[in-house]
Amino acid sequence: MSLSPVGALRQSGHLFAMSLDVLRALPRRPFQAREFIQQAWFVASVTILPTALVSIPFGAVIALQIGSLTRQLGAQSFSGAASVLAVLREASPIVTALLIAGAGGTAICADLGARKIRDEIDAMQVLGIDPIHRLVVPRVLASMVVSVLLNGLVSVVGVAGGYFFNVILQNGTPGAYLASFTTLAQLSDLWAAELKALVFGAIAAIVASYKGLTAQGGPKGVGDAVNQSVVITFMLLFVTNFVMTAVYFQVVPQKG
Amino acid sequence: MGVEICVEGLTKSFGHQVIWQDVSLTLPAGEVSVMLGPSGTGKSVFLKTLVGLLRPDRGSVKIAGRDITRLREHELYEVRKLFGVLFQDGALFGSMNLYDNIAFPLREHTRRSESEIRRIVLEKMDMVGLIGAEEKLPGEISGGMRKRAGLARALVLDPEIILFDEPDSGLDPVRVAYLNQLIVDLNAQIDATFLIVTHDIASARQVPDNIGLLFRRELVMFGPREQLLTSDEPVVRQFLNGRMQGPIGMAEEKDAAQVEQELAQLGDGGRTETPGSQALTPRLLPGPLITRTPRWEEIARREAELRRREVTRA
Repeated sequence: MSLSPVGALRQSGHLFAMSLDVLRALPRRPFQAREFIQQAWFVASVTILPTALVSIPFGAVIALQIGSLTRQLGAQSFSGAASVLAVLREASPIVTALLIAGAGGTAICADLGARKIRDEIDAMQVLGIDPIHRLVVPRVLASMVVSVLLNGLVSVVGVAGGYFFNVILQNGTPGAYLASFTTLAQLSDLWAAELKALVFGAIAAIVASYKGLTAQGGPKGVGDAVNQSVVITFMLLFVTNFVMTAVYFQVVPQKG
Repeated sequence: MGVEICVEGLTKSFGHQVIWQDVSLTLPAGEVSVMLGPSGTGKSVFLKTLVGLLRPDRGSVKIAGRDITRLREHELYEVRKLFGVLFQDGALFGSMNLYDNIAFPLREHTRRSESEIRRIVLEKMDMVGLIGAEEKLPGEISGGMRKRAGLARALVLDPEIILFDEPDSGLDPVRVAYLNQLIVDLNAQIDATFLIVTHDIASARQVPDNIGLLFRRELVMFGPREQLLTSDEPVVRQFLNGRMQGPIGMAEEKDAAQVEQELAQLGDGGRTETPGSQALTPRLLPGPLITRTPRWEEIARREAELRRREVTRA
């Protein structure tokens, strides 16, 4: 990738153009159901275990931080409320984003990149098949669905991890932890997190597909593409996360 | 019957680097043409431009009266159904076995029943001699088999135009000979327009009706086989004889003075050659089991005539 500003602009332009192409190919029949299911299964299988393993310590860290903070303030009865809020609102979308980009996106990018340099994508186009419709759309949808489901998983595992650390290790009271669950968090927090996850899944898959389909220069090119796709996805996801959070606070009235 | 491809004033560059410019030629319908050129002269780029995978900077490519450089994306996908392309390494889909690879275009584009697909796929696999390898994955077979499988996949939609990207690269001479015979047999059977991009001189001498030569960012010459094989143009002669003396250098081109000197050393500007190299190589004809079209009848008659004359002269 060149470092000139024009080069960067061109890349962003191409990326955006491909997102529009994906959007346009979305309703086109026949829907590639087989590819979608295969990809959803594939993305889920590479992300589920790491996600679960990452979200336990994530929930634990939050519990530890909040636990000691609430003890100092004498507000132990609120530790459950705070940790649920943190896990649900921020931790779970971020963990989902990291895993979807790091595990799912790289796999998609490497797969498409390898196909690109083996001329498979060209062959497909010559056979009259649009790779956006045939390959990218099912991957984007699969990644969106899986990331919504992952977000649920992270929330549950994170809250459970928080409970374990707070109640068992820090001698909190189970009743206070559970009772304060809904004092700060509300249902719309969950919906907002799921919406974030949906958008993150789409972004991760589109960037990965774009980088994969434009890979060039042999096996090294695929490696470079994967590397760039992770970096670009992370940057986009964190910016998007900030914007969506800011909008959420403006739109949805908060409790308390 | 094949379709004519009419290329006019085609120019392509990547950034500031001009690949080739002002290429004009007509690939006659139903005939076999070969595009020759030293490595790195953009032969594959030319091929990709013909199918609309790359857009040229200038010029037009007319196929069945439609300029594919101006078509919109979805129209392009329609026109591409006329094409069969054999990529360098076959470009098979790595996740599917050979049978599924070859059946892929049929499943995507037609509503044929699975038994009908099976019949067509096995017929094409038989054509390229791959019966028995249906269940193999592309990673498990040799390069030659991958090429033949790629060819079978290119043939499965009965294309009007077939493009071959270096069908002989990475194959041993015997397999190249078989592949050349296969190409000639195919042309006699399906009558499509063939374009072979290669730098193998032996194939170029035996197989085509027409030869073109790309060098120094332009099309040096395009014409009937006899015309190029007997041409006095230094580049054409150097390339077709595969020797070092001439305008084509190791890295790029040589300077004019050095070329003069080398050609002078060869004697009389390179006119005297090793005996026989100037003579027309016999043309490869379809195998005995193939029913020949009138066009091939005619070619066979001309070839026999030529051979007879050569014998009487000797």
